[in-house]
Amino acid sequence: MKLAPIRYAAPATMDEAIALLGSCDAKVMSGGQSLMPIMAFRLATPELIVDLKKIPGLDQIVIDDQGVRLGAKVRWCDIESDGRLAQANPLLAEAIKHVAHYQIRNRGTVGGSVAHADPASEMPAIAACCEAVISVIGSKGARKIKAVDFFISALQTSLEADEVITEVLLPAWPAGRRWGFQEFARRRGDFALAGIAAFYDLDGQGCAANAHIAVFGASDRQHRLPGAEAALNGRPVTPETIAAAASAASAEVDPPSDIHAPGEYRRALVETLTERALAHAAK
Amino acid sequence: MIAVTTMKIEFEVNGKAVSADVEARTTLADCLRYDIGLTGTHVGCEHGVCGACTVIVNGAAARSCLMLAVQADGEKVTTVEGLSNDEALTPLQASFRKHHALQCGFCTPGMITTAHALLTHEPNADEERVRDVLSGNLCRCTGYISIVEAVLDARVAYGSKGE
Amino acid sequence: MNTRPGNSLIGSPVERVEDLRFLRGKGTYVSDFSLPNQLHAVILRSPEAHGVIRRIDTSRARALPGVHAVITAADFGARPPHIPLRLQPLPELAPFHQPVLAFEKVRYVGEPLAVVLADTASIAEDALELIDVEIAALPAVTDRASAERGDSILFEPHGSNRALVWTATRGDAEAAFVKADVVLKERFHIQRHAAMFMEPRGFVADWNAETQRLKVWGAAKVAWTNRRILATAMGLEETAIDMVELDVGGGFGSRGEFYPEDFLIPAAARIAGRPVKWSEDRREHLMCANHARDIEINVEMALAKDGRILGLRGMCYSDNGAYLRTNGSVGPRNVAQFMSGPYKIENIHLQTTMLTTNKTPSGTYRGPGRFETDFARERLIDLAAKKLGMDRAEIRRKNLVADADMPYPLATIQPFESVTELDSGDYHAVFDRCLKEFGWDEKSALQGKLIDGRYHGIAVGSFIEGGAAGPKEDARLALETDGSLTVHLGSSAVGQGLETIMAQIAADSMEMSFDRIRVLHGSTTHVTEGYGSYHSRSTVMGGSAILLAAEKLKDKIRECAAARLGCSKDDVTIDAETVRFKTTSLTFAGLGAEPIEVEATFYNKKYTYAYGTQAAHVSVDVGTGHVRVHDYLSVEDVGRMINPLTLHGQAIGSIVQGLGGTFLEHLVYDANGQILTGSLADYLMPTASDFPNIRSITLELKPSPNNPLGAKGAGEGGIIPVGGIIANAVANALSHLGVEPMELPLSPPRVWALIDAARRAKR
Repeated sequence: MKLAPIRYAAPATMDEAIALLGSCDAKVMSGGQSLMPIMAFRLATPELIVDLKKIPGLDQIVIDDQGVRLGAKVRWCDIESDGRLAQANPLLAEAIKHVAHYQIRNRGTVGGSVAHADPASEMPAIAACCEAVISVIGSKGARKIKAVDFFISALQTSLEADEVITEVLLPAWPAGRRWGFQEFARRRGDFALAGIAAFYDLDGQGCAANAHIAVFGASDRQHRLPGAEAALNGRPVTPETIAAAASAASAEVDPPSDIHAPGEYRRALVETLTERALAHAAK
Repeated sequence: MIAVTTMKIEFEVNGKAVSADVEARTTLADCLRYDIGLTGTHVGCEHGVCGACTVIVNGAAARSCLMLAVQADGEKVTTVEGLSNDEALTPLQASFRKHHALQCGFCTPGMITTAHALLTHEPNADEERVRDVLSGNLCRCTGYISIVEAVLDARVAYGSKGE
Repeated sequence: MNTRPGNSLIGSPVERVEDLRFLRGKGTYVSDFSLPNQLHAVILRSPEAHGVIRRIDTSRARALPGVHAVITAADFGARPPHIPLRLQPLPELAPFHQPVLAFEKVRYVGEPLAVVLADTASIAEDALELIDVEIAALPAVTDRASAERGDSILFEPHGSNRALVWTATRGDAEAAFVKADVVLKERFHIQRHAAMFMEPRGFVADWNAETQRLKVWGAAKVAWTNRRILATAMGLEETAIDMVELDVGGGFGSRGEFYPEDFLIPAAARIAGRPVKWSEDRREHLMCANHARDIEINVEMALAKDGRILGLRGMCYSDNGAYLRTNGSVGPRNVAQFMSGPYKIENIHLQTTMLTTNKTPSGTYRGPGRFETDFARERLIDLAAKKLGMDRAEIRRKNLVADADMPYPLATIQPFESVTELDSGDYHAVFDRCLKEFGWDEKSALQGKLIDGRYHGIAVGSFIEGGAAGPKEDARLALETDGSLTVHLGSSAVGQGLETIMAQIAADSMEMSFDRIRVLHGSTTHVTEGYGSYHSRSTVMGGSAILLAAEKLKDKIRECAAARLGCSKDDVTIDAETVRFKTTSLTFAGLGAEPIEVEATFYNKKYTYAYGTQAAHVSVDVGTGHVRVHDYLSVEDVGRMINPLTLHGQAIGSIVQGLGGTFLEHLVYDANGQILTGSLADYLMPTASDFPNIRSITLELKPSPNNPLGAKGAGEGGIIPVGGIIANAVANALSHLGVEPMELPLSPPRVWALIDAARRAKR
């Protein structure tokens, strides 16, 4: 399992990186934790690896009135050790605990995960749930892409070949927001068989409002579940409401079968996990 | 900026400056084993699952099969050999021996590097944290219980104040 | 001879000598070993499960700079060598031997087609993509149904996909079923999984054209047998080959058997005239090293209404994969012969049909056949208890073989007849000890209880573990001129701590200090013949050989000393590495001008049977199908413990492997014979977070009467009943739903599906 021949470049500026990306069949390497395994199997055989390691910046977590700005090179361990996130976006903090293993959390990055777009991974789920805005830059300049437009299908995004992710913005998180995160994987650190990231706010009457429920691991990409959200919005969050939302969630997914689980199991799991995530939120 | 197929890399391994001419496609694991000659770093899967190849890069545990050697240019790498001396076992190693935390020994270098990195940063790691961290390192022989005990027992050597 | 007063090391938790190098990263595993001027071998493997080879064109690959040769079957004459069986070498299985390179047909994904030799492994892998292979695909046989249907046949001249039927018999099963008050009939299935040791296989081979000698590094498990096979295949004398064992990263039955690469790498070195190195990668390992289990068990159990088991009968189907590998018969035959386990079952007629399919060939994995058969038996006993309204512990007590019944014969297996008997044991005492330590009475209140969203259940079951396969083992002891002792042994180290254990035995038997002893093992250069490490045999066979050799050595030392001291050898005493006659004494160092050497052989025809009882407490999350193991306890009697530290390690490690096979591990194929679990991200092994609550207690109640140590092989034990006991605990937890697992693994989707089906049935 040796990699196919590659060329390597570690440019010092983003302009150089973009130029290199446009020059041939090239791949950006950020942490490399998703890219290296597929290159080891020769499932990915790019001509050129463009390593972002020398490009300054992109590695900060900024929390301001806009929300949480995650630089593309922010690593999972950076999120894990940033105590501010428990308030600024507790859903993110919880979700990232489930990402892979210790060594991978030391190198894997937000930008890498979002660009890789594995349908069972956590960061894209948080991006989908929180309506993240993904900043990218390329030869045609910089642009911002909404999460809903970014994740197209399994391992497919709207990123152009010469574009690099620079930042993921998670919009501001009001105090008092209720949230829950649930995933079920075969073992600690494995990709989820299914997962749910959810939050809602409470209106003046104590009813749920602005519900956001996103599913991952149960379809070709991370996406929100409007039926489940509708079942929650405007209602007091009782066990009955939660059950109705969970039932709606399972009805609006059509998970694929693979060696780890049949689709019908994943569908049932979506119901269970939605119920548990919302029960956590309601606590 | 020129893209290269081979490159002379210079980095620090176990406190010593080393250099190697490597192909861009060479993993850090293979570079350490075959170019630097440190075969203590073991390769068990080459796709980032088993953890046997764990080394410490700039203080953080990393899978050396998931890094290109060229990415290590200019960095500081510590391998199991760098966490050993000929005179005596280190407290962590002695704890592994005492608890019989190894059988065939193949996963052991990855366990030692991972545990060392963990206890260096978190000397008070509790059992759950130790299990969580070690869950990225496969061992087929021991069933892990003795490894977890060995790591917990070694905390005191890293300045743990006890529980 | 079972009690040896004065022992200080045998029975002590001696810290291992191996650890000193392993912990420092200073072990030498085969991939750590290189020779100057070596070429790297990489193997082209079949992408098709079944098909006729039309053409292999290597010209583009050979033209790649850095490539030195591409070897195909054509390089080995009209018919390439085929690999014979090591165990149960029945002539009727010869048609199913594997060729070293696919010959005329390919029969599984991963079957070797060609060997590329290049300057680096990377270049060799690049060259793989340049070999043009044309295979005319045939329908793949991937399960029992398609194998039996026979519309696609792996070995056409044989005429069917049935390779052989094993038959285990005892008493009169038909009569027992006529007399029975209750008969249960069930179908069980144990999924394909594998040993999956952490160090992939590998070899370095060096052919010396001048001396016509071959040296192979990377030998494991059965170096002498493999040398014999290799010598035949290469047309060499056995003595022209040295097989060298380096550090070995785990075996568990799979490593060290003779695989195609065991021939291909040495042969490549001879063809290339340069040393050749091959390091298996994990993807290859998953599709090429022996798979295991994959057995369907259709069995009936006859009982009297008081709970006595009267008989067993049935037919099992083993999916052996594409070829009969060196030990491919062991699991299937063991399923039939050992289904009665530790229970007194007098009437048995059990058969196993070995089927060939287009999957990776199978071989042994820790507890071969026993893990599978215990799953069926322990499930049946719980089902019988339910049907009879009996307590699950009581029905087992009623049927365990009593101490007074020892030795107790098991069913006889045919063909390649094997007769065996349980050697000794107090099965009831161990059973009761397990219940007590487990807290069975207290935990009984948990059965079926719903606590925090999880249903709790418990189970208990008993097992036997065979060990000490003969025919013999050799040990050569040399008292060196510096007074140290070198032990040369035919046993092999696969990571179990052999050096330490054998040094303990040697130190005690020679009354020497531990650090004066050096153990050399596993390589053909150490003793003239060796049988290696399998069937939990090393401690018993190698250890007993050391005991015998030590007696001879002491005699010879007395002889030497007598000559020096001018007395009769009977007047010489030995203690503390010193020989004495009256007031004169000589130390071992300098006793002889040459090393004093002896060799001894321990012969054994009788197996040892360690035995034990295990109990489990689990809970099931009905929302996800996840099963948590809250407590798992094993109590095993091994007769005699050499090193409690290493034995405890074997027991815990074995149980966790068993839990892996029960919950996680599954080699999955699609209908075209493509293996879908080609990485360790898909083949799931236990990790540090999965099973934190395992306990093991080892007892020394009944030494084996069959060897001077009194030891019983104990390297496999823990794994054997795990599947059955866990499945029973899950059934116990979900008894309100009537869930009865009959297949492994108990993955969350499978458990959830059982729950879902049970709920639908209740509606």
